[in-house]
Amino acid sequence: MLIGRTQDIAPSEITPKQAWLDRRRFLGAAGGLGAGLILGHGAGAAPLSAAPSAFSTDEPKTPKEDVTSYNNFYEFGTGKSDPKANAGALTTSPWSIKVDGLVNKPGEYALEDILKGVSLEERVYRMRCVEGWSMVIPWIGFPLSEIAKRAEPQGSAKYVRFETLVRPAEMSGQRSILPILDWPYVEGLRMDEAMHPLTILATGLYGETLPNQNGAPVRLVVPWKYGFKGIKSIVRISFVEAQPRTSWMISSPREYGFFANVNPAVDHPRWSQKTERRIGEGGIFVKRRETLPFNGYADQVASLYSGMDLKTFF
Amino acid sequence: MAGARHEGLTRVLPPVWLVYLIGFVPAVAYFTLGIMDRLGADPQNVLERALGLWALRFLVAGLAVTPLRRSFGLNLVRYRRAIGLLAFWYACLHLTVYLVLDQGLDGAAIWADILKRPYITVGMAAFTLLVPLAATSNAFSIRRLGAGWNRLHKLVYPAALLAALHFLMLVKAWPPEPLIYLALVAALLAYRIVEPRLRKPGARGRAAQAR
Ligand code: HEM
Repeated sequence: MLIGRTQDIAPSEITPKQAWLDRRRFLGAAGGLGAGLILGHGAGAAPLSAAPSAFSTDEPKTPKEDVTSYNNFYEFGTGKSDPKANAGALTTSPWSIKVDGLVNKPGEYALEDILKGVSLEERVYRMRCVEGWSMVIPWIGFPLSEIAKRAEPQGSAKYVRFETLVRPAEMSGQRSILPILDWPYVEGLRMDEAMHPLTILATGLYGETLPNQNGAPVRLVVPWKYGFKGIKSIVRISFVEAQPRTSWMISSPREYGFFANVNPAVDHPRWSQKTERRIGEGGIFVKRRETLPFNGYADQVASLYSGMDLKTFF
Repeated sequence: MAGARHEGLTRVLPPVWLVYLIGFVPAVAYFTLGIMDRLGADPQNVLERALGLWALRFLVAGLAVTPLRRSFGLNLVRYRRAIGLLAFWYACLHLTVYLVLDQGLDGAAIWADILKRPYITVGMAAFTLLVPLAATSNAFSIRRLGAGWNRLHKLVYPAALLAALHFLMLVKAWPPEPLIYLALVAALLAYRIVEPRLRKPGARGRAAQAR
């Protein structure tokens, strides 16, 4: 990934990621004092304070243990427990997001600079996985629209495209000899979806910074869409004119659509989407519960799709 | 069936009932841990999948018996019925967990799944093929069916293939495990085609007899 010069941040304030990494390795190799100390290697979870939000549900939260041990993050393996086992290898600090495409202020935005200008909120959201299970997760984050505010997308921008980090040295799944997915993991949203107040970039959960397996240091959360839309460890956000081709659309266009709105009326060829298992509820005797249109957020988002055939645009 | 030639070896091999006993350990362990809620975040799915995976493992083990004997001189034929029946019982438990715990015996949802979800259709086909095999896995049926018994029990080939396919169809992307199982089943089936051709003409008749 090439790192360009930014226009609105003094070059001295940011350092290209590769340079940071190389320096870290150099320090390590030279047997220098903990490089992590000097450069703020973000391994452990740190407390994160956030204001409550009216968008939060008061449903019982899924236990933190489950939220952080049962993950789909194929960059670290295809098993549900692989991310927790393997994601510790990921260096998440320093971190920057390249913002580019049809914007007035493209550039490499350091995450800490972005975070200085936003106020974090706790959003307790339902999360529905396309595989038929769900959780209730107390995310901490800020509206994705904050990124647009800084980057100033042009009128021609119709979609937002996201990319996950590609770093095989630290992401064991990307070293797999099997073609798991097309890296980098790509996701996308239509502009109005991206600007919707429910759509957030999350940097924490359960009152702490994100564990690596949940997509540290920054990930997307779109609560009315299936979980795979919630792209993790984001390094690039592009404002574009054409609908992005997402990794899952490339992998199986028949199964995964661009919109991926939670919809009990549209079956996935593999899993019925009418019902779901709520994780952490009932052990092996857990009873399926009805899946709600737009994952229960229809009041807020159904109007975005008025007049659209959601069976065609699944 | 085992033949007197291997009597010496046979005596040091454990009794068949021990294979059943050990074979059911995973099921007991998973159900126990499941009831204690010690199977992680999604225990019902872990239980369901573990039982399916053990069914497939026993199917593969059953298919390995003949190659082990013919090509490696290790005769485990006396365990083949136990291995096959273990595969069947694990498939039954797997199906039961699906029907009772997963689907809550919701007839409409189950029927829709079987018709609409190809991996369920294929799994169901595999299970259906195993039923007549389990029902005839006894000395009485072997005597009654004669040569037909051998022909009938060739159904284990498509059953194993469908089971491995079922596994491959239910995963997203391309994780290694289902590919490994499919490759194992394919290799064990290919052995049935390739091995007799490699044998000397004189030996061929004997091989065919021994199945
Ligand atoms: C010979 C019969 C069968 C065998 C050998 C078999 C084997 C398997 C295997 C290996 C898995 C995956 C385990 C893993 O992920 O580690 C699995 C999962 C599964 N099987 Fe089967 N299966 C059989 C029949 C059936 C039948 C008859 C049904 C239902 C009608 C069924 C429903 C399922 C379901 C629902 C899953 C879990 C899917 C998920 O979690 O998304 N299977 N099976």
